[in-house]
Amino acid sequence: MEFAIDIRDMTVAYRDKPVLWDVDLQVAPGVLIAIVGPNGAGKTTLIKASLGLIKPAAGSVLIHGKPYAQQRKSVAYVPQRGSVDWDFPTDVLDVVTMGLYGKLGWFKRPGKEERVDALKALSQVGMEEFANRQISQLSGGQQQRVFLARALVQNADVYFMDEPFQGVDATTERAIVDLLQNLRKQGKTVAVVHHDLQTVSEYFDEVMLLNVRRIASGPVGSEFTEENLRTTYGGRVAFVSALSAKQTS
Amino acid sequence: MEFISQIFSDYTLRTVALGAMLLGLTAGSLGGFALLRRQSLLGDAISHAALPGIAIAFILTGSKAPLVLLIGAAIAGWIGAALISSVTTRTRIKYDSALGIMLSVFFGFGLVLLTFIQRNPDANQAGLNSFLFGQAAALVERDVLVILGIGALVLFLMNLFWKEFKLLSFDPDFTGTLGFPVPMLDRLLTTLFVVAIVIGLQTVGVVLMSTMIVAPAAAARQWTDKLGVMIVLSGIFGAVSGVSGAMVSSWIPGLPTGPMIVLIVSGIVFFSLLLAPNRGLLFRRLREWKAGKELRIEAVLVDLYTLASQHPSAEYPHSERVLDVMSTMTGPAKKTLRVLNDLGLARPIDSPIGR
Repeated sequence: MEFAIDIRDMTVAYRDKPVLWDVDLQVAPGVLIAIVGPNGAGKTTLIKASLGLIKPAAGSVLIHGKPYAQQRKSVAYVPQRGSVDWDFPTDVLDVVTMGLYGKLGWFKRPGKEERVDALKALSQVGMEEFANRQISQLSGGQQQRVFLARALVQNADVYFMDEPFQGVDATTERAIVDLLQNLRKQGKTVAVVHHDLQTVSEYFDEVMLLNVRRIASGPVGSEFTEENLRTTYGGRVAFVSALSAKQTS
Repeated sequence: MEFISQIFSDYTLRTVALGAMLLGLTAGSLGGFALLRRQSLLGDAISHAALPGIAIAFILTGSKAPLVLLIGAAIAGWIGAALISSVTTRTRIKYDSALGIMLSVFFGFGLVLLTFIQRNPDANQAGLNSFLFGQAAALVERDVLVILGIGALVLFLMNLFWKEFKLLSFDPDFTGTLGFPVPMLDRLLTTLFVVAIVIGLQTVGVVLMSTMIVAPAAAARQWTDKLGVMIVLSGIFGAVSGVSGAMVSSWIPGLPTGPMIVLIVSGIVFFSLLLAPNRGLLFRRLREWKAGKELRIEAVLVDLYTLASQHPSAEYPHSERVLDVMSTMTGPAKKTLRVLNDLGLARPIDSPIGR
């Protein structure tokens, strides 16, 4: 079978310190996978290195069987929303339209067609009435949904999302979950850096447990076990037992 | 009025004003991107780094032709910028420290070279010092044409790469995932900064030139939330300061043009910080004051409700002093009660227990 995402031997080091060590990840098409691990486990680094934003010491990435560099157009990226300055002088529609800049290519400016596509993507995240809103006036959840719309407009096959659920309101959380389900229905593959262990089994098909090395990856049912979590999170067992208590109840 | 006719008749003033306007326009427009990328100080480093380039160009060629010196300045400024970025990525030194180090090292080296040139007995040596603070009066028509040509090229390229520069300024990582070569775009934008700065060195000088990058943009940001409007406005602020600086300094003898331009653009910044709608300090204060007033009205209303619910009838009178005590945080209730009376939500009652 051809994997939608096939990451091999990904190794990243900052100076002498390994941040990611020999990480493999294979994800079949149409799967929602959560990437889970403690702070500093290298979750964001894994995504950034896979997308060529950080130079890895070793490793390769195939998307649907071809090197990532050839598949850029079918891969969309949702960065952490804290990674940009939301006081930038622009509006919501403009930010979403940025998702189409790659398709437009050099120099060509977005036109009416692009605006229509961007509005469509905005309506998929329930933000169409905010199209002309200044981005500095958005709540955290709204910012997140704008970022998701910007990725949706790319009409990709594979999505990498970095902490989309981080600090969002209930409406946004619901909207993101619906969106993920929708993407799966369309056969898209989504890898999501996730921090809320309580919702992993509810939202995702598969899980990758990461702490510099890959601890486990596969179906949530077989891999999201207390033992694997304990290995991933080390001493922080209180967190884990709270989770297993919830699962058994 | 006399001035306006003077600007058309006086050759020197016309040349200087035109040159200052063009450099203000170019630096101001491009400065918008520097501000949004949080690279405002990069301009300062580049302009200071240009000084040794000017000196070396003179030593090598013996020429004082502006174009020769400015090419030297551009090369040195560009090397300074490139060193800053490579020091930041290759060592543990942070961006601000790298800026500070390069700025002083290059500037110091430039001063050493200038002194060396002056000691050297050469008839052709004088005048390089004017690059420190600029000497607008020395501008001739040919210089203005150089500024015009280079400025037009810079603005053309900025316009051509508009979409890419906007994306790069807002979200560089995302720019990379779309397949745009981020390091190349970054170098191109830096090169445009270098060029925009270099064309102002004759008029404004290496020490103050970075103001022409930062100040118009900072002022323009106050007035608008649209990138296009901001860049155009920033260019206009730069141009207006250039022209008016040139005019004021020709009007009052002895006032240097470069510093005058910088003072005027700083005045625009001050005015914008204070008075711009939405982002201006005055408007912010006004909004806070309004919100405070509404908050006081609500607080007193809540207090009245609490009091009324402890008595048989809503008509039961309460003393003003009780309200004062209940909400010590919001100040005396008298004024607020008057507002509530006007709104029909409370009314004064004459009562023996009143005061």
